[in-house]
Amino acid sequence: MAKSIDVSDLNIYYGDFLAVEGVNMTIRSKAVTAFIGPSGCGKSTFLRTLNRMHEVIPGARVEGKVVVSGQSLYDAAIDPVAVRRQIGMVFQRPNPFPTMSIYDNVLAGMRLNSKRLKKSDADAIVEKSLKGANLWNEVKDRLSKPGMGLSGGQQQRLCIARAIAVEPEVLLMDEPCSALDPISTSAIEDLIHELKSEYTIVIVTHNMQQAARVSDDTGFFNLKAAGQPGHLVEFNPTTKMFTNPDEESTEAYISGRFG
Amino acid sequence: MSTSTPLEPELDGLSEGLSTVRLPRAAVLLVAALAVAVSGGLALILGWGLVGTVVLAVVLFDIGLPLWSRLVEGGRYAADRLATCLVYSAFAAVLVPLVWLIWLVLKNGLGAIDGEFLTYSMRGVVGEGGGIYHALMGTLLVTLATAVISVPIGIFTAIYLVEYGKGNRLARWTTFLVDVMTGIPSIVAGLFALSLFVLIFGPAIRIGFAGSVALSLLMIPTVVRSTEEMLRLVPSDLREASYALGVPKWRTIAKIVLPTALGGIVTGVVLAVSRVIGETAPLLVVAGATDSVNMNLFNGRMMTLPVYIYQQYSSPGIAPPTGGDPPGYARAWGAALVLIVIVMLLNLVARVIGKIFAPPTERRR
Ligand SMILES: Nc1ncnc2c1ncn2[C@@H]1O[C@H](COP(=O)(O)OP(=O)(O)OP(=O)(O)O)[C@@H](O)[C@H]1O
Ligand SMILES: [Mg+2]
Repeated sequence: MAKSIDVSDLNIYYGDFLAVEGVNMTIRSKAVTAFIGPSGCGKSTFLRTLNRMHEVIPGARVEGKVVVSGQSLYDAAIDPVAVRRQIGMVFQRPNPFPTMSIYDNVLAGMRLNSKRLKKSDADAIVEKSLKGANLWNEVKDRLSKPGMGLSGGQQQRLCIARAIAVEPEVLLMDEPCSALDPISTSAIEDLIHELKSEYTIVIVTHNMQQAARVSDDTGFFNLKAAGQPGHLVEFNPTTKMFTNPDEESTEAYISGRFG
Repeated sequence: MSTSTPLEPELDGLSEGLSTVRLPRAAVLLVAALAVAVSGGLALILGWGLVGTVVLAVVLFDIGLPLWSRLVEGGRYAADRLATCLVYSAFAAVLVPLVWLIWLVLKNGLGAIDGEFLTYSMRGVVGEGGGIYHALMGTLLVTLATAVISVPIGIFTAIYLVEYGKGNRLARWTTFLVDVMTGIPSIVAGLFALSLFVLIFGPAIRIGFAGSVALSLLMIPTVVRSTEEMLRLVPSDLREASYALGVPKWRTIAKIVLPTALGGIVTGVVLAVSRVIGETAPLLVVAGATDSVNMNLFNGRMMTLPVYIYQQYSSPGIAPPTGGDPPGYARAWGAALVLIVIVMLLNLVARVIGKIFAPPTERRR
């Protein structure tokens, strides 16, 4: 049930501003794909085109093709809502729903779509998702408290729990660990390893070690120069990327010699 | 001082150090006392009234304290003192009329209010007695109907403008027309409603519901504006979080955006209600005036509190032969007090509701 994603000649615009240019890649199913690259090169922008979240921003549009398991994502017949049900997302900034408790935040994907759940099933989903996001022990005694009452890192893990609660087939994670301590980070990495057996996972990270640890494939994005659109420099299996990259700039970026 | 090197500690040049000479703590009181004494003295000599004396004292204080501070503490502290003085003076200038008004209404109105005043209409009343029951009910009914018309229209318009319009031509025109509507004089709204209902029902029509229509014209733009502001305050992160879970747009609006903004929307609606509840002119034109109770919005003239006040004050009846004011004056003040109490209660309710529904924000990222 996991899905592979084929991207060909993708140009991504914000109005007239071309943010990312000419991306070609194949994201394998049941594998972890990591994106690395300097700030502002368009990693988040590209990630958001994979579940049609990009078009939520006024004026934002794409050119090119994204094919998920044989279906072209940007076909007129495709319903973006259905796409997002299958391709979940964790955002760079934590965004729990302020009007909901921790419990309801985890179940938001079902509750907001008015899916009926038995109380016992709901409890099981909440516990499983929170355990997956390594948050269960911290919040199990205050599930009815507002989600906004958590620390920044806890909020981020709550958002991860919310995303995995709906069991999407593809999970997009935009710097999910940037606000987390090493223990939670390693818990999230364990979760990624676990989810990999069933889901396709795409993760953006600024942490080279993390990319090396968790991913099977890595894509390196870069800007040619300031003001130029971002582009995909190299896309290769992670082991090759970190030992013997094709491009010199990849080598320079990974080893910290930037420029 | 320019000769001293930066490394040498400054021994006598305090002005270049971290500490400055400040005015003594009692300076504010001292200047205040001085200002009052001077203006009081002048007032005694020139024979001024209370208002002139107070104004002069405030002006003297506002000038004196910053001047003294300028001489002792330097420019930045003087500017700070001046701004503080001006802010407090402006605050007092706003507060004085409000307190005065409430005091006046309480003084004149409290005596008129008793059980009979609240539960009797003016039917067949000549001279003393009678009450505001018919006007109270009229005001409550007309305002309720106004809210029932305006709140859905206003909120749905705001939702369209914020969530769907996003600056397209229809949205821009709607915003423009809403702004124009905000500026419509209330009497014009009344005349519009009158001509509308005359067109449909014939020239003699005077019903409470027509008043509600007229007031809706005044209330809808306020509701649209305040709701719009509140919806815009909802962070787009939340909408995106909801979309990313595969929630359709309308559910996102109904279950995320509206609940998050609910406190502010309710407050805005209640403030809009308290704004129209005191309107007189349009009701005088379309709802008419009557002395008896009428609970039917769709049939017959309906009295309302503002119109009642106007009527009692403009034709207060005949003063009792024993001397004193005509009975209408006391009734007008009493009705005014009741109206103010209603508005205050509404504001209180708005605050409480706003508190209850506001999403918890103690903790921020
Ligand atoms: N909503 C937006 N409207 C217009 N331009 C945008 C918007 N969001 C991002 N951009 C632009 O698109 C480019 C790519 O931004 P993006 O957020 O994808 O970078 P990123 O690689 O995720 O950076 P970071 O590592 O800092 O998160 C930047 O030049 C940015 O200014
Ligand atoms: Mg980013």
